[in-house]
Amino acid sequence: MIWLLITSFNASRFRPDSAMELLTDPSWLYNWPRWLDIPLMKWINDWFKVFNQEYGIYFEAVNNFLLGAILSLKHFLMMMPWPLVIALVVAIVFFSSGRKLGTTVFVGICTFFIGFLHPRFWDKAIETTSIMIIGILFCIFIGIPLGIAMSRSVRVRNATLPVLDLMQTIPSFCYLIPGIMLFGLGAVPAIIATVIYAVPPLVRLTDLGIRLVDTEVIEAAEAFGASKKQKLLGVQLPLALPNIMQGINQTTMMALAMVVIASMIGTRGLGDEVLLGLQQLNVGKATEAGLAIVLLAIVLDRITQAYGQKVQDRKKPPEK
Amino acid sequence: MSKIEIRNIYKIFGNHPDQVLPMVKEGANKELVMEETGHTVGLDNVSISVKEGEIFVCMGLSGSGKSTLIRHINRLIDPTAGQVTVDGVDVLSLDDKEILDFRKKTMSMVFQRFGLFPHKTVIENVAYGLEIQEVPEAQRKEIAQGQIDSVGLQGFENQYPAQLSGGMQQRVGLARALATDPQILLMDEAFSALDPLIRSDMQNQLVDLQSKLKKTIVFITHDLDESLKLGDHIGILNGGRLVQVGRPEDIIMNPADDYVRAFVKDVNRSKVLRAKTVMTKIDKFDASTINASSTYKYDEDTFIEDLVPKVLKDRSTIEVIDKTGNTTGYISSDELSVALTKTT
Repeated sequence: MIWLLITSFNASRFRPDSAMELLTDPSWLYNWPRWLDIPLMKWINDWFKVFNQEYGIYFEAVNNFLLGAILSLKHFLMMMPWPLVIALVVAIVFFSSGRKLGTTVFVGICTFFIGFLHPRFWDKAIETTSIMIIGILFCIFIGIPLGIAMSRSVRVRNATLPVLDLMQTIPSFCYLIPGIMLFGLGAVPAIIATVIYAVPPLVRLTDLGIRLVDTEVIEAAEAFGASKKQKLLGVQLPLALPNIMQGINQTTMMALAMVVIASMIGTRGLGDEVLLGLQQLNVGKATEAGLAIVLLAIVLDRITQAYGQKVQDRKKPPEK
Repeated sequence: MSKIEIRNIYKIFGNHPDQVLPMVKEGANKELVMEETGHTVGLDNVSISVKEGEIFVCMGLSGSGKSTLIRHINRLIDPTAGQVTVDGVDVLSLDDKEILDFRKKTMSMVFQRFGLFPHKTVIENVAYGLEIQEVPEAQRKEIAQGQIDSVGLQGFENQYPAQLSGGMQQRVGLARALATDPQILLMDEAFSALDPLIRSDMQNQLVDLQSKLKKTIVFITHDLDESLKLGDHIGILNGGRLVQVGRPEDIIMNPADDYVRAFVKDVNRSKVLRAKTVMTKIDKFDASTINASSTYKYDEDTFIEDLVPKVLKDRSTIEVIDKTGNTTGYISSDELSVALTKTT
C-alpha cells in the first residue's frame, strides 16, 4: 500500500516540487489532490501496447482458428435447406426431451417463425447460432473443469469467486474494445466477450452441484474405496448433472444476450438487425428482430432444459 | 484374537485440534472444551476391541460420537490421536493408495439413509463395490444378482432406488455391502430410518445372514432393544466417552452409571436375559423344593420369556442344562421375580 502510494506520487505529473510543500500548504486536504491517483490507466495502456506487439501473432493464430471454426459451422448450416435444419432441431428436441410431444411441436413452430418473421433473419439466426455454439463450447471446456476444481478446494474457490464477480459485473465494453484491438472486428472478439460474460453461471452451478451431492452418497463411494477420479466421474458429476445442465442453460441465455451486444462491434447476426432498426428509428424492424432473438432464445432454452429435465426425472419416485 | 482394535482414540473437531488435545486428555468434558476453545469433542479416549465373527453394537444417543467412531475404522475420519488396528494392520499408517485398497478388500459399509446412488439401478448399485475393484462386467452382474436374490429383491434389478420402499432400499444397501464379500461390515444406524415392523424384519434377516456368513459386524444404533437383540457385545457411548462395554446381560444386570440405567429402565428384560444368567447354581439351590412332577429341562441359552409361562402356570421348576446335557442350575419363581424386577 505504502509502496503504491509512493509510486503513484512519483509518477504523477501534478505532484508538488517537494514534499515539504504539503506541510506548509494544507489546501490538498480539502479537495482530493490530483497527485493522489494510481496511474492504473497508464500501466494498463503501456502493458497492453507491449502485449499486443509482442504476442499479436499468437492472437492472430487464435483468431484464424476461431474464425475458421465459426465459418465452417456457419457454411455447413447455411448449405442445408432450411426445412432440413428445422427438422434437425425438432429431432434434437424430441430425443433430448425424452420424446415429449408438446415441447417438440412448440420448438418446431418457434424455429419456423424465426424465418417467417423476415426471410433475412434465417441466415442471420444461423450466424448468431454458430457464434454461440462455439462460445458455449469454450464455456463448457473452461467452466466445468473450473467448477470441479472449485468444489474440491476451498483455496481455489476463494481465489476464483472474486474473479467471477468481476467477470459478471464489469461492463462488457471494457473487454469488447480490447478484444477488437487484439482480434480485430467481427466474430472472434464477440466469442471472447461471450465467454467472459457467460461462463460464470456455469462455473458457479457446477461447483454448487457437486457440493450439493448428498454426503452420505459420497461417503458410500469412499467406503468402497473409490479413488478421486472414480468418485468424480461415477458419482459426483452424474448427480450434479441437473445443476450443470442448468448452468449450461444459463450460459446459453447469457451468451445470446452478449451476441446481441457484440453486434455493436461489428459482429453479424440477429443483433445487427436490431441495431439497424434502432439506427433508422424503424421501430417495427427492431421489434421484428427482437422477436426473432426471443424465438431463438426459446429454442435454445428448451433444448438445454429438456436434457437436464430428463436427467432429473430418474431421481423421482414413479408417478402414481 | 480381536479383529478390530481401537485404542485410546481422541477426535476433536475444530481449527486447531492439536492444541486442544492436552486439555481433553486432562479430563475436561465436552461442554467445557466447547465453551473455552470452540472445539467439539467427538471422541474422548475410546478403546474397543471387536472379536472376529461377532456383532459389536455401539450404542448412544445422537451426538454421542458413535457415527464418528465407526468412521475411524475405515478411516473416513482421521483421529486426532490414538490407534486403529484391523487384522493387525495399523490403519493410520496406510498411505492414500493403500487406504483405498484396504477399503476395497476388507470392509464395506451400510448407511442410515441408505447412501444408494440415485442414478444407478438396483443391480448397478449392488455391483458398485465390484465396479470400483474393476471386476469384469459379466462377473460383477452375476455376483450382484446372487446378492439381490439372497436379500429377496428378485425382479427389482432394473428399478432405480427412488422407486423402492425404505426397507427395500436398505436391503439394496445390505446387498451392496455384501457383494464385495468383505470380512468386516460397518453398519451406521442401518435400520434406524425404517418403520418398526420392517426394522424387526431386517434385524431378523441380518441375524440369519450372520449365522451363515460369520462376518465381523460393527453396528451403530440409538435403539437399546435393537442392540440387545443383535449384539454379542455392546459398547455404550455418552458425550464421546465410552461408558460401558459388555454382553447384553451385563448391561441390563449391572448398568455402569445413571446414563446406562436410564437406557435400560424400560427394556423388556425377559427378552434379553438368558436362563444361565438368572439361574441359581446347582450347588446353591435347595433341592428339597423341587417338585419332580413339574420340572422342565431347558437349554442354558434360552431367553427367560419362554420360561415364564411354564413357571407361572403350575409353579414348576426349570432345570437348566448346558450343551452337553448336564444340569447346571435351577430357576423357580423366586429367581424369575428377582431377574424381572427393575433395578432403580
